[in-house]
Amino acid sequence: MTCIEARGLRKAFGTTVAVDGVDLRVEEGRILGLIGPNGAGKTTALNAILGLTPYQGELKVLGRDPWANRDQLMRDVCFIADVAVLPRWIRVSQALDYVAGVHPRFDRAKAEGFLARTTIKRTSKVRELSKGMVAQLHLALVMAIDARLLVLDEPTLGLDILYRKQFYDSLLNDYFDRTRTIVVTTHQVEEIQDVLTDLMFIDRGRIVLSCSMEEFESRYVEVTVHPDHLAAARALKPIHERQVFGRTILLFDRADRQQLAALGDLRKPSIADLFVAVLGNQNAAAQGAAR
Amino acid sequence: MTTPSNAMPGSPLESQGIDSQRIALAPLSPTRPLYWSIRRELWENRSIYVAPLVAGVLGMLAFYINLFYLPRTLRAVPGMDPGHQQMMIAMPYGHLAWLLLPTAFIVGFFYSLDALHGERRDRSILFWKSLPVSDLTTVLSKASIPLVILPLLVFAIAVVLHLMMLLLSTAVLLLTGGVATLWAHLPLFQLELVLLYGLVVSALWHAPLYAWLLLVSAWARRATFLWAVLPLLAIGVLEWIVFHTWHFANLLHNRLLGFAWDAFNFTTPDGSAVDLHFIPVSLLTPGRFLSTPGLWIGLIFAAIFLAAAVRLRRSSEPI
Repeated sequence: MTCIEARGLRKAFGTTVAVDGVDLRVEEGRILGLIGPNGAGKTTALNAILGLTPYQGELKVLGRDPWANRDQLMRDVCFIADVAVLPRWIRVSQALDYVAGVHPRFDRAKAEGFLARTTIKRTSKVRELSKGMVAQLHLALVMAIDARLLVLDEPTLGLDILYRKQFYDSLLNDYFDRTRTIVVTTHQVEEIQDVLTDLMFIDRGRIVLSCSMEEFESRYVEVTVHPDHLAAARALKPIHERQVFGRTILLFDRADRQQLAALGDLRKPSIADLFVAVLGNQNAAAQGAAR
Repeated sequence: MTTPSNAMPGSPLESQGIDSQRIALAPLSPTRPLYWSIRRELWENRSIYVAPLVAGVLGMLAFYINLFYLPRTLRAVPGMDPGHQQMMIAMPYGHLAWLLLPTAFIVGFFYSLDALHGERRDRSILFWKSLPVSDLTTVLSKASIPLVILPLLVFAIAVVLHLMMLLLSTAVLLLTGGVATLWAHLPLFQLELVLLYGLVVSALWHAPLYAWLLLVSAWARRATFLWAVLPLLAIGVLEWIVFHTWHFANLLHNRLLGFAWDAFNFTTPDGSAVDLHFIPVSLLTPGRFLSTPGLWIGLIFAAIFLAAAVRLRRSSEPI
């Protein structure tokens, strides 16, 4: 079943177009990484999906119109919009009470179980917790909700590496069960590379790349080229070229791996490398068009 | 994969558990989110009950001092005319009510001014909106604080403190004499009934004020107090400059205090002015109050302001 379906999704703030005609289809059971530079329209697109902002175009989330039915949608959808949006005055026990009170799919025992693994005290107020603990608390609340779609917008921003690692580990081990769908945006791309099943690059309000991780791994390959073979490698039309410690690394899309293996060492590119390549080319094309 | 039958093969028990839970928990009473939202407001804004309690305690302190004079007052009572007797005995109880009423108004005023602003300021709106609570429920829960919760709370505090005062007075008078006079002349039931009536009529009359404050708190990015108050003052002053009249200012004044003259009869049948320390039940005029157009026009405005606040909250973001 389709979890999110958008056709011609558009959102403008005055003359600034944040989301510019996005077509999107996310199937149930996927973990989609939405990657883009600051101001690319990620958060705006997610806000539209979550019913936080009105939009133009067609959008269905779990078969519902998010803007018209946010409160009903939120029975099946959960989101962490940012780190530290939990109210600072609330006590941990009050947060549990409240979510248990208003959410029909909240399993309090499960949340207590998650919290038991942390050092968070029930009597503490959010303002007394460290940033990492607040993220743990929020994740415990969200993971105890039996939702079908979980949206995470920069959920680990400003957390130290231990908390970030733990965050994605518990998400995968304790929450994801292949029937739920997760959409995540982050700038710490390398940390979610092994978590994702699908990848989407967004820039200036448009989707510039969309593929599954299997596709990503079969399509793209990076070659550290021997200096002697540089000209031959360049002739195979790499999509990106960069220098590391004086060696040239070329990134290829749908190239013949046997042919490339003769020119240097092959390796799987990181999402970050592909991101730089795709967006760099985009910018170059945009500048070319402007000229 | 939507049904458990074709869900992840590795965990049939878990998916069954999830499914049975979905079925069991699906129907949720619509008042439950409202109830929890109101509790949430009380957790966040402890001034809602702390301020009336402090005012009540201050009133009680004044009453302790008053206790010294009580035996003397009670000895003087039998010589007075009947109306005056009741008034003299009811006076400290009335004082307490008069202390609590403005406290409730001030708390309600500042609460409303911050209610839909604070959650945007501290970004917590993003958390509240991630839960299945509609914007209507949220705004209604916040409006119910000054309109329902505060009046009920003040009433409860007043009744408890009045009973404490009665017990203390009785204890003192048991030593000095005069218990019978006190119990014979203290119109406790009438006092509470009139207080409750006063709380209800003032809440209804002030509803558009609170709703206006909630609307400003949902709309203004900063300086909610100035946005709420200055435009009203400006209209009043402008009217005076242009037309040399005070109609708008009078309208505001009427909206603050005007209910009193519709809800109460301030002249006794014999033509004398009523002492505000004790208003007997016979002087309540609920019929006249309910037939005042100002009440209903005010309530219509309150509904419009609240509807606008709901609309604003729907698309409001952290500021």
